[in-house]
Amino acid sequence: MSRIVHLEKLTQQVRRDILRMVHSVNSGHPGGSLGCAEFFVALYNEVLDLNDKFDMNGRNEDLFFLSNGHISPVFYSVLARRGYFPINELDTFRKLNSRLQGHPTTHEKLPGIRIASGSLGQGISVAIGSALSKKLNKDCKLVYVMVGDGELQEGQNWEAIMFAAAKKIDNLILCVDLNGKQIDGSTNDVLPMGNLKIKFEAFGWKVIMIEKGNNLKSIIKKLNQAKKETNKNLPVCLLIKTEMGNGVDFMMNTHEWHGVAPNDEQLKAALSQNPETFGDY
Amino acid sequence: MRKFTYTELKDTRSGFGDGLTELGRKNKNVVALCADLTGSLKMNQFKKENPNRFFQVGIAEANMMGIAAGLTIGGKIPFTGTFANFSTGRVYDQIRQSIAYSGKNVKICASHAGLTLGEDGATHQILEDIGLMKMLPGMTVINTCDYNQTKLATIKIADYQGPVYLRFGRPKVPNFTKIDEKFDIGKGILLSEGKDVTIVATGHLVWESLLAREKLSNLGISAEIINIHTIKPIDEAIILNSIKKSRCLVTAEEHNYLGGLGESISRVLTKNDPVPQEFVATNDTFGESGSPSKLMDKYGLNSKAIISAVEKVLSRK
Repeated sequence: MSRIVHLEKLTQQVRRDILRMVHSVNSGHPGGSLGCAEFFVALYNEVLDLNDKFDMNGRNEDLFFLSNGHISPVFYSVLARRGYFPINELDTFRKLNSRLQGHPTTHEKLPGIRIASGSLGQGISVAIGSALSKKLNKDCKLVYVMVGDGELQEGQNWEAIMFAAAKKIDNLILCVDLNGKQIDGSTNDVLPMGNLKIKFEAFGWKVIMIEKGNNLKSIIKKLNQAKKETNKNLPVCLLIKTEMGNGVDFMMNTHEWHGVAPNDEQLKAALSQNPETFGDY
Repeated sequence: MRKFTYTELKDTRSGFGDGLTELGRKNKNVVALCADLTGSLKMNQFKKENPNRFFQVGIAEANMMGIAAGLTIGGKIPFTGTFANFSTGRVYDQIRQSIAYSGKNVKICASHAGLTLGEDGATHQILEDIGLMKMLPGMTVINTCDYNQTKLATIKIADYQGPVYLRFGRPKVPNFTKIDEKFDIGKGILLSEGKDVTIVATGHLVWESLLAREKLSNLGISAEIINIHTIKPIDEAIILNSIKKSRCLVTAEEHNYLGGLGESISRVLTKNDPVPQEFVATNDTFGESGSPSKLMDKYGLNSKAIISAVEKVLSRK
């Protein structure tokens, strides 16, 4: 099996995990999770330079922060399948006494999580802090952070975006999930953000577009390109065009599946489009 | 009766600044962040000596709290500095999620707390911050009374693992704490023994309690004075031990009676040994412009108000 076929199969299994997790508790956020499955699989399996054992301080390894914590299903699935915690623990998602809270948290000490997120807009600031910590520690590894595009409506992001460029935080790669949708509808209907590429460039960032954000090869190529743009006195921003609900035909091209779980029938249909590859939890 | 003396009037914020400078010299993991108030927070010396460990974030407190949380990842000990209002109410959700819930080792250092900020008025005079911060699970809340105590507290909290809210102020007040005194987080200080009434004070009201004690003594009333710098966790033992003999208590703080030291003490009393309590605190109100001493007089936060509260509580015994 070629590497890319392996990753494609893994992505398909991650999609199954996401669907089964949200279905089992009849809650959670499948839309954005499915849209970012390729990104997470690529990031954690092809891009991040990670230590074998999880440690909160994450010295001499790349770090990733998820700011839009509601897409926790994809984060948990990819972390589990990367070996951070037992895959069977995915079955506890959003249930009482679980380490897999509705939104990611350090509070339950789940390996792989370094900050609580869910209340939107805070992740870029945290990532900047950890990037500064790396610089002080003379640790040359990188810091990645993902935000949703709708999340950029929160003002704190723009404080952080201004700061990162002004203070030359060049060991930081911001990944924006550009799916154009949020709970109430399309971002253009709710609160248009204009041309984000121009905005980020005006703030002093190096911007790289990923037009095919649900194509593994394309994502890996662009993430590697982004890495090469680090340490050049500019923070780097990836604008990743994704399709919310990707991989399940009836969940695509709509915002309706942002935070709604499939019922039994819908789950069956969705899973039939994504046959098991590496074994369900 | 023990005499309390002081050699000079000094501001508690300078105690923070000097403590931070000392920390910068002995602990290389200490870093500091400021939101465009370096001079007001007395952080200039730390900045001068440690330019690489000082982060000017501009007028962007939410970002500052997030960056501080991130700096802990990798082992740094961040001290944030801005006014108390902008350290708490303005950034409550950032502190709640990125610092408290995430269990990050951030020291939130807040100057210009309360009415003694003075002429800037109510927009800047926060009287709710102790309540906001003590409500957060895992947050330690400290409100210091003078320059030396603030300096001691600043140095001490660097060795404590976990989020801390350190509250201090703007005006110059008597500096009576001995610089070689031990500062124990969570331990109250019995300043003066007395038998008729217990006065529990925090922050700038501690000195006012000592002034009240002398005047009360002239009236034949023996007051026990307890200096509570740590509001959370509260030192229950020192309170309960004191009221065993006094059987009544007055709390004094530069804060709203809702959510402040007084309410924390009320809970201790109610659960263990209910005795009459009176509150010297602001009465669910915003502040206003004015000189610090005139404001403290108008809003009933001085030795005169403490004496009235003592007389009232004694009548309820």
